[in-house]
Amino acid sequence: MSEASLFVEAPPEAGTKSSRGFLLRTLRHQPAAMAGALFLVSMTVTAILAPWIAPYPLHEQVGPVFGPPSWQHLLGLDDGGIDMVTLLIWGLRTSLVVGFAATFVSMVIGGTVGVVAGYFGGGIDTVLMRITDYFLVIPDVPLMIVVAAIWGPSLFHIIIVIGILLWTSTARVLRAQVKSVRERVYVKRARALGAGHTRIVVRHVLPQVAPLLIASTVLTIAVAIFDETALSFLGLGDPSNISLGRIIENAFERAAISTGAWWAIVPPGVLVAMLILACSLVGGSLEDALNPRLRVAHLSARTFRLRPLVGRGEDAL
Amino acid sequence: MRGTDYVLKRVGFAIVTVFVAVTINFVLFRLAPGTAVSNLSRVPHATQQLRHALEVQFGLDKSKWQQYVIYLKQLAHGNLGISYENEQPVSTNLRIALINTLPMVTLGTVFAIVFGTFTGVIAAWRRGTKTEGLTVSSALGFYAMPTQWLGLMLIIIFAGVLPTGGMTNEFLLNPPFWTHVKDLASHILLPALTLGLVLYGEYTLIVRSAMLETLGEDYILTARAKGLKPRTIVRKHALRNAMLPITTLIALSLGYIVAGAILIETVFSWPGIGRAVYEAVLQRDYPMLEGAFLVLTFSVIFFNLVADLLYFKLDPRITE
Repeated sequence: MSEASLFVEAPPEAGTKSSRGFLLRTLRHQPAAMAGALFLVSMTVTAILAPWIAPYPLHEQVGPVFGPPSWQHLLGLDDGGIDMVTLLIWGLRTSLVVGFAATFVSMVIGGTVGVVAGYFGGGIDTVLMRITDYFLVIPDVPLMIVVAAIWGPSLFHIIIVIGILLWTSTARVLRAQVKSVRERVYVKRARALGAGHTRIVVRHVLPQVAPLLIASTVLTIAVAIFDETALSFLGLGDPSNISLGRIIENAFERAAISTGAWWAIVPPGVLVAMLILACSLVGGSLEDALNPRLRVAHLSARTFRLRPLVGRGEDAL
Repeated sequence: MRGTDYVLKRVGFAIVTVFVAVTINFVLFRLAPGTAVSNLSRVPHATQQLRHALEVQFGLDKSKWQQYVIYLKQLAHGNLGISYENEQPVSTNLRIALINTLPMVTLGTVFAIVFGTFTGVIAAWRRGTKTEGLTVSSALGFYAMPTQWLGLMLIIIFAGVLPTGGMTNEFLLNPPFWTHVKDLASHILLPALTLGLVLYGEYTLIVRSAMLETLGEDYILTARAKGLKPRTIVRKHALRNAMLPITTLIALSLGYIVAGAILIETVFSWPGIGRAVYEAVLQRDYPMLEGAFLVLTFSVIFFNLVADLLYFKLDPRITE
């Protein structure tokens, strides 16, 4: 099965009552998502092991400027005579750190806003969703640029800037889901039995929205990595840390293209694209598996299926 | 009149959002480390008097609140300050830049909407076939590429065939009208294509999933049961209803177009508003950055409002 058919067949049992093992189950049924997940894991391991597996030192000229690929330097050398493979491994490390950390920040904000707004409803919900609406309309990249330019370039600033601007969609998605979970019978029973807000949220609501949160996290990682390359490209990256965005920027600034040194500019972009693709495959397939409406199609003959009647009751997603 | 209510509500929301954006802008730039005065008075032997004179000149001796009111007043008169870089009014600089950006962005977006809708519909219709696999994977591919990098790749591919930077050929002095148009057209192709391809990927995926949702509706089953042709079902029943989510999502992606324009104009040295942002960042030209951010935010808010109103026109049942 090609990677594209990923959004096509959702596993029939996904999206039913139990969310346990949902992640693994979805991945097992979708080879493309599985490949994406494996790629992400292997890249994470590579990034962690960077100090030990990088073939050459990061800050040392080890060959001719813009030296072409050879057996010693599989992807050639950059404008400073630094080995491209080494650069990519370290750049991957920084990009993933930014991706994960910024996503963590935005998941904490988005998760809190979504759960609080959905769970308590009423005035709190209105206020929080209004704030979310404003953030949704204000274009994030220009705002990121402004904030990063004012604060000055540093990895920490970049993480915070990206983190505080990417939470809106998570908040909205979670809120909708929490709203429906809140009305389910078992939550009402728990409340009737005297469970407090904290207990209901932690024991009953969070497990139900966890798959959505995971899907949203994976998709946000992609956006965070993308935004980091954008900020770095505009010269707002951390000058002391090499990231994939910085490698692209350096190659562009130092005229790798007019020199004909494609090896200095093609691989970092391919790596970013593969990371984003892997995140989209995993996140997208999780999201689709969670959306039972996508499992029915009345038109294409090959997948003609009726909307399943199960899951239409009050405990439907 | 529920319709009027809805329109008023959306317009009100847009106005409040503009206000919020303006306030964010004011706060952000006043939170910047150091004031204009602390920079300017960093001359040797700067006296307290000089500092004070400068503070009065820039209105920094007033309370933050008064400063905010003054800022709003200036803004209402379209006064965005003076660029540090070329000492021209920021509004003039931005107007020129915006006029340069619009054709490029419009061309790319129209390309993306036309092709994205087409392939998205095909992908949903031919669900589970090779056609879908091919369209979805190409869309995902374009969606995943960093915008600036895709631009650089197009430069590598088309170098020598098409101009890869600037808006006009500067060696053409006073060209005849048609030569000028041809020159512009050849310069606009690559930046517009870059934007178009990135958006194409996104739109294909959006249109496809919106179509998949509508194709699962019961009225599609009814239409099929009536024996309508698949083509008619897709065009008259599915696509029309799928237009709603598509309109919203395309409107929401406008912020993305803006971001894309910044990166693309930087890559192709297109003298538009995105490049103005890039230059302002490089030169720490805060008034320009401030102005450009406001213009970009306003345009996104404006087009979101247009989409909201369009949404209402497409489906008058919507009032929330």
